[in-house]
Amino acid sequence: MASLNALAIVCVLYVVVLFSVAFAADRAALHGRGAWLRSPIVYTLSLSIYCTAWTFYGAVGFAVRSGLEYVTIYLGPTLIMIGWWWTLRKMVRVGRSQRITSIADLISSRYGKSNTLAVFVTLLAVIGTTPYIALQLQSVTLSFQIFAENDLLQRQTVSQQSIAFWVAGGLAVFTILFGTRNLDANERHHGVVMAIALEAVVKLFALLAVGVFVVWGLSGGIGETLARIDASPIKNFEVSGSRWVGLTMLSAAAFICLPRMFQVMVVENEDESHLRTAAWAFPAYLMAMSLFVVPIAAVGLEKLPSASNPDLFVLTLPLQEGQDGLAILSFLGGFSSATSMVIVAAIALSTMVSNHIVMPIWLWMSGGTAMVSGDVRNVALLARRISIAGIVFLGYLYFRVSGGGAALAAIGLISFVGVAQFLPALMGGLFWRGANRVGALAGLVTGAAIWLYSLFLPSFGDTFLMPQHVIEHGPLGIDWLRPQALFGTEGLDPIVHAFMWSVFLNTLVFLVVSLLSFPRPVERLQGAQFVNVFQHSGTAGTWSGGLAQSEDLLIMSQRIMGPAEAQALFSEAAKRQGIAGLLPEPTPDFLQELERVLSGSVGAATAHAMISQIVGGATVSVEDLMAVADETAQIMEYSSRLEAKTEEQARTARQLREANDKLTQLSVQKDAFLSQISHELRTPMTSIRAFSEIMRDTEGLTEDEQNKYSSIIHDEAVRLTRLLDDLLDLSVLENAQVLLNWQSGTLEEVLDRAVSAAGGSDPDFQIDRLPQREHFELRSDLDRLAQVFINLISNARKYCDAKDPVLKIRAKRSDDRLIIDFIDNGSGIPMDKQTLIFEKFSRIGETKAGGAGLGLAICREVMARLSGAITYLPGQKGAAFRVTVPIDSPSVKAAG
Amino acid sequence: MSEDGRIPVFVERKTYRRRRMADAARMLPMLGAMLFCLPLLWAIDEEPRTALTMFYLFLVWVGLCVVSAVISAHLPTEADNSQTEDQTEGP
Repeated sequence: MASLNALAIVCVLYVVVLFSVAFAADRAALHGRGAWLRSPIVYTLSLSIYCTAWTFYGAVGFAVRSGLEYVTIYLGPTLIMIGWWWTLRKMVRVGRSQRITSIADLISSRYGKSNTLAVFVTLLAVIGTTPYIALQLQSVTLSFQIFAENDLLQRQTVSQQSIAFWVAGGLAVFTILFGTRNLDANERHHGVVMAIALEAVVKLFALLAVGVFVVWGLSGGIGETLARIDASPIKNFEVSGSRWVGLTMLSAAAFICLPRMFQVMVVENEDESHLRTAAWAFPAYLMAMSLFVVPIAAVGLEKLPSASNPDLFVLTLPLQEGQDGLAILSFLGGFSSATSMVIVAAIALSTMVSNHIVMPIWLWMSGGTAMVSGDVRNVALLARRISIAGIVFLGYLYFRVSGGGAALAAIGLISFVGVAQFLPALMGGLFWRGANRVGALAGLVTGAAIWLYSLFLPSFGDTFLMPQHVIEHGPLGIDWLRPQALFGTEGLDPIVHAFMWSVFLNTLVFLVVSLLSFPRPVERLQGAQFVNVFQHSGTAGTWSGGLAQSEDLLIMSQRIMGPAEAQALFSEAAKRQGIAGLLPEPTPDFLQELERVLSGSVGAATAHAMISQIVGGATVSVEDLMAVADETAQIMEYSSRLEAKTEEQARTARQLREANDKLTQLSVQKDAFLSQISHELRTPMTSIRAFSEIMRDTEGLTEDEQNKYSSIIHDEAVRLTRLLDDLLDLSVLENAQVLLNWQSGTLEEVLDRAVSAAGGSDPDFQIDRLPQREHFELRSDLDRLAQVFINLISNARKYCDAKDPVLKIRAKRSDDRLIIDFIDNGSGIPMDKQTLIFEKFSRIGETKAGGAGLGLAICREVMARLSGAITYLPGQKGAAFRVTVPIDSPSVKAAG
Repeated sequence: MSEDGRIPVFVERKTYRRRRMADAARMLPMLGAMLFCLPLLWAIDEEPRTALTMFYLFLVWVGLCVVSAVISAHLPTEADNSQTEDQTEGP
C-alpha cells in the first residue's frame, strides 16, 4: 500500500516542478526566448482546463450512474471548437482588438462600457464559480483520504479541512506569484499557461494510463472489455433525448461563457491562427480524455465493492489492484485537473472583481479622481492579489460550510447553467447591432433569477431560502410556479428544465427589451465595432482632446502602468506626432490608444472613467456620430460646400456680366464720341475752310463781308481751340499732372463767380440760392472749384427742359466737408444713364448741341484732385448733383 | 455585406475555394450535432448496446477531428486580405 508520506513527497515534488516550469517560462518570455511558449499546441493544451477534477474523477461516476451520457459534457465543446469559424474566431478578434480582460469586460465593453453590467456579470460569475472551486478542493481532499484509508501505517486520521486548507493556500500563493506578475491582464501569463499545459499533459497521460491498465491489464484486451461492458449494469444506451441534447447544448454554452475558459481562450490567446490548430486538436484531446471512461466504469462496477464511491474509481481501481505507482499518477492527474482550474478561475475572477468592483470603488473613495496621491498601479495589483486570495478562500469556505457530499458533486452542471446566462448577451453583442445595454441587463437579471430560483437554491434541499414545501407545491401553493416544474413542465430533468427556461426567458427578455429601448451613442459605436470587427478593427468613441493635459495623463498612466512603460508609450506617441520630448499632444488618436492600453490593466470601464476624469467627459465627438450616420453627413457637408461654391461663382458671373455690360456701353459711347468729336472738329474746320476759300477766291468782297467771314473763321477757330483745350485739360487731370493753386476764400465768393461766369440768373433761367447759408470758409483751388460749379450751372442751363427752369443751389456743412447740391426742376437723367454721365465722351441727348461730353468727366477729375467728390443725387425731381469738398485738408496741402 | 456593392461577383479560383472552405467550416458543427444525436433514434425498438454506441460516437468524433483539421488548414488566412473576410463574414 502506498504510504501517505510517499504521496505527500510526490505531491510536493510535483508542485516544485510546476513552480519551476512556471518560473522558467516567465523568465524565458522575459528574455524574449521561448517561441515554443507561443506555439498552438501550448494554446490547445491550456484549453484543457475545461477538464477539471470534476471531469477527471466525475466522468467515471457519471458513466456509472447514467452510462454514455457523460460524453455530452465533451460533445458540446467539441462542436463549438470545430465550429470556431462561427463564434470563437470573432470572440478572439474582438478580445484582441479591444484589449478585453475578462468576459465581464467584454460584455461591459460591448454595451457602452457599462460598469453596472460588468458588476452584475462579475457577481454572477463569482456565485457560479465559488462552488466549483469548492468542488475541486473536495476532490483533492477525497483523493487524499482514499490514500489515508489505505495507508496502514497511518495512525491518526488526516483532517479533511486541513488538507483543503493547505491546498487552497498553496494555490492562492501560486496564482498570486505567477498570475499577477504584470498588471496588464492582456499580457500573457506565460508561466501560468505553461504550467497548465504541463498539467494538461499529466492529466491526459494519467487517465490514459489508468484506461490502458484497465483494458489490457485487468480485462485482458478490447474484446474482453466489451464483454464486461455488456455484462455491466450500463450495458444499454438508456439516455433520455432531452438530457442528451440539453446537456450537449449546456456544455457548449458553458464552454463559451465560463470565465476561466474565456481567460485561456481569448485573453491568453497569443495568435488568432492558434485556433486553427485547436479546432481539431482540442476535440481530439477531449475524445482521448473520455475514451476509457466507460471501460473504467464497467470494470470498476465489477471489481470494487458496491459501497465504494464511483467518483473515485480512477483512483481506487489501481489501489485495489496494488498498482501504487499508477495510483499516484492518477492522483497527480486529478490534482492537476483541480489545481489548474482553480488557478485560472482565480485569475479570471480576480481580474473581474478588481477591475469592475474594487477599482471603481477605490476611485470613487479617493475623491473620484485618478490624480490624488497614491500609486494606482500598486492599488490595482493589490486589489487583484487580494481578490485571488479572497476567491480561493471563498471556495474553501464554501467547501467547509457545505461539508462536501453529494450536493457539492452536483454543483458542476448547476454552475454551468449559471454561467450560460451570459450567452444571450454575449452572442447578441457579437452578432446583433441592435442589442443594447438595457436589454442585456434585463435578460441577465431574468436568467439569473430563474437560475437561482429553479436550480441553485433547490439544489441545497430543504433550506430557509427554499423550503421543501415550496419545491413541492410552489410558492403560496401556486402549482405552476414550482421551481422544478415551471409553467407545468413536469417530468423534465431539473438541470435541463432550468437551463431551458432560464436561457429561453433570458433571450426573450433580452431581445424584446433591446427592440423596445434605445441605446446610447457609445453603445451604438461599440456595437458597430464588435459586430463588424472584421471590417474595421479599430476602437470606438474617440476623445475630443484639447482639454486634456498631457502631463496629467502621464502622471496617471505612470501610476497604472509603471513609470518606464508609461514614459515609453508617451515618448513613442510624441515621436509619431513629430514632437521632441516626452509629452505628445492629447489628440483623440492618442487618447484612444492610451485608453486601450490602460484598459488592458484595469478594464475598459475603469480606463474609460479615468481618462474621462482628466479629459472631461465628451467621449462621443461629432465626427463619431457622423461616422455612425454612415456617409450621409459627409455627403451633406460636401454638397453644402458645393452649394456655397456655386453661389460664389454665380456672384462672380453676375459681376462679370455687369462689367461686360458697362464695357459694352462704354464702347458704344466711345464710338458715338468719336463720330461726335470728328463731327465737332469737322464742322468748324469745314466752315473755316469754306470761308477762307471764299475770301481767297472771291474777288471784290465788301469790307462787311470780309469782316463777317473772318469773324466766322475766328469763332470757329475759338470753338475748335476750346474743344482741344478741354481734351488737353482732361488728359492733364487724368494723369495727375495738374498744378493746383491753393487759396482761401468763402464758398459764397466762389459761387458768385461761377454764377456770373455761367451767365447769371435771369427770367429764362433762375438760380435759387440762399447766400446767408454760404458763408463757409474753405481752402482749396478756388479756380478749379469754380470751374466745376460753372460746368454744373451751364449744364443745367443747357439741358434743363422745364418750362420755367430753376436751379436750386444749397450748401451745408458736414464735419469737415462742405456739401453743395445743384438741383434743377427738369426731367432729370434716366436711371440707366446715371452711371455713365461722369464718363468721358458721354453725352445725354443728341439733340441739343453743346460740349463734347467732357464737362462732367473733367468735373469728376477736378474733384478727385481736390479730395472731394461729385456724384449724381438720385431721387430729386430733376437732375441733381452733389459736390463734396473738404474745408481744409492737410493731405491736399501736402499733395499741392 | 451586399450594401457595400464593391464586392466582385467573380473571384479567382483560389479565393473561391477558400470561401467554400469557410462555408464547410460553418456547416461542420451542424453535421456533427446531427451525427451525435443519431443514437437517440436507435432506441425505438430496444435500447442499443452501450459498446456499439460508444464505437459509433468515437468514430464520428475522430472523423470530425480529421475533417476539421483538413478544413482548418484550407481556411482563409489573415494574409489572404480582409476583403475575403468581409465576404465570408456571417450574419
